[in-house]
Amino acid sequence: MKAQKMRTRAAEVVAILLTLVMLSPFFLVIINAAKKSADIVISPVSLPSEWSQLFTNFSNVINNQSFNYWNSFFSSLLITVVSLALLTVFSSMAAWVLVRNKTKWSSFIFMIFVSAMVIPFQVVMLPLLSTFKNLSSFLGISMLQSYKGVIFAYLGFGGSMSVFILHGFIKGIPYELEEAAWIDGCSPEKTFFKVVFPLLKPIQVTVLILNGIWIWNDYLLPSLMLGLNGKIKTLPVAVSSFVGSYVKQWDLILSAAFLAMVPVIILFIFAQKQIMQGMVEGAIK
Amino acid sequence: MNSSAKKTISLIALIVGIAAMAVALYLDFTGSQNAYRGGILIVGAVLVLFGIYYYPTKKHRKIINFIFLFPLVFAFGVTVLVPFICGIFYSLTDWDGVKMTQFVGLGNYIKMFQSKDYLYSFVITFIFTVINMISVNIVAFALALLCTSRVKGRNFYRAAFFVPNLIGGIVLGYVWQFIFNKVFTSVIAGSVSMLTDPNQALAAILIVSTWQYAGYIMMIYVTGLQGVPKDVLEASSVDGANAWTTLRRIKMPMIANTFTVCIFLTLVNSFKQYDLNLALTNGAPSRILAGKAVQSTELLALNIVNTAISKNQYALGQTKAVVFFIILAIVSLTQVSISKKKEVEM
Repeated sequence: MKAQKMRTRAAEVVAILLTLVMLSPFFLVIINAAKKSADIVISPVSLPSEWSQLFTNFSNVINNQSFNYWNSFFSSLLITVVSLALLTVFSSMAAWVLVRNKTKWSSFIFMIFVSAMVIPFQVVMLPLLSTFKNLSSFLGISMLQSYKGVIFAYLGFGGSMSVFILHGFIKGIPYELEEAAWIDGCSPEKTFFKVVFPLLKPIQVTVLILNGIWIWNDYLLPSLMLGLNGKIKTLPVAVSSFVGSYVKQWDLILSAAFLAMVPVIILFIFAQKQIMQGMVEGAIK
Repeated sequence: MNSSAKKTISLIALIVGIAAMAVALYLDFTGSQNAYRGGILIVGAVLVLFGIYYYPTKKHRKIINFIFLFPLVFAFGVTVLVPFICGIFYSLTDWDGVKMTQFVGLGNYIKMFQSKDYLYSFVITFIFTVINMISVNIVAFALALLCTSRVKGRNFYRAAFFVPNLIGGIVLGYVWQFIFNKVFTSVIAGSVSMLTDPNQALAAILIVSTWQYAGYIMMIYVTGLQGVPKDVLEASSVDGANAWTTLRRIKMPMIANTFTVCIFLTLVNSFKQYDLNLALTNGAPSRILAGKAVQSTELLALNIVNTAISKNQYALGQTKAVVFFIILAIVSLTQVSISKKKEVEM
């Protein structure tokens, strides 16, 4: 038993060391975001002489023209929240119909959704841009450089995986529940929203987390559809455009990076278990 | 409300909706620049949907099926399906992002495979994908073993290893650019940044990508390892198997499925690597290859975007994207067939 205890001790030491290594980039960001540019050149690994510099840097970055922290933060938040809400409701509705309505059409549509999960964004992005450009000028609904367009695109891109995950879950819900509601005179739409929808909560959390992390961090889609210097910027786009205009000003770049990371890390601290579980479940399915 | 009143309301909605859509489309086709035409079209479409929904009929269930499917299928069709089909078509033409004038057949494909920078990208992406897949899985599996051992505070370590995966590749890319360019060169005094040497720069992307991704794959392995039944492990320890034998003979065979999932997940994601690549190196430094300078760390995803957007060669970029898709499709089909085979065996 003693050998076992020794081994566990050794494993603990390794775990602590590994954690330090894995998290060291974050420490480096914090300590260097609290330095003046000249101090970083002297030593990027020493602790800052004055932590108050952190707030000076933050306020410089937050009010910066090309970063515009609060605007970018709220744009990211708006895009993520609205896309997630629409995705969850619409894909639950679609998945329910595809499970319960057993026709050739249903299985055909489902099959298309499943195969579309393989399609990478790169293969659709160029035609998508031109389609949106044409639609905007033809119909007079601006799809590029607007929230509408980005959210609509996320609805399309997130849809196939969301439907796939929900489809698997809904298959496991006993049909008797819906039949009972049906016999009691419940209309199909009411049956769905009052009976089925509440039952989907656990799997909807998975769908929300998977899509949420993706949409919040996504870069290519918003950078193409909103532009690097457009009016609307998501956080990743803002960071990238900031780095483009303040090359090598590491004190400011790292402050911007820090501010961009904070929201997700705060969320992770509060919903650690759900986030990790959700992302793993999504991968296994 | 009785059914005849319902019928009237729904018919009114239908008629007004169709009329609104017709007006909007008329304005569109006559080239009017009326600012309200988009709004009129949307209101018209919503009214039509409402009219269909509200119409009292025995086929109500079918109508609900249609209305429930419509939003997602519509968005999916416009943003994925149509551009996908157009994309394959455009790759056979001289499309320049706005219009096409002629069919060029497989011309773009031939041109693509003759261009050195693309072939180079292809090769390094392949190398990157394979090495990254191996390194991520080894690190992740080791971390998973550590996090399922008797170590105190396992949940804390899991969370700590998982964190890098939550932050986007763009932000992390810039942070690591700082670490490679400033921190490493200052800690090892007088050394040159890894990002200035073609081979080392690729290694740098590998390091960051493993660092970022291992925690996620670790969690999948942890889930797999926790699924190994306790009584089997007990039986093996009663039989006197040591930790190594238990790992090799019991744990690893029992989570074979998890290995398949993780290997393919890392393959696909490494192959699609874009954000880190863009933020960390953006293709630099350049390297001389057969008398021509090529971007030494430009992986395929970046190469596609650069070809189309920066060099303005839309048809060629689209062609590269189609090939990119075909490779991903083959990988996914392989995964499906392997998992199916395993299911049969079980």
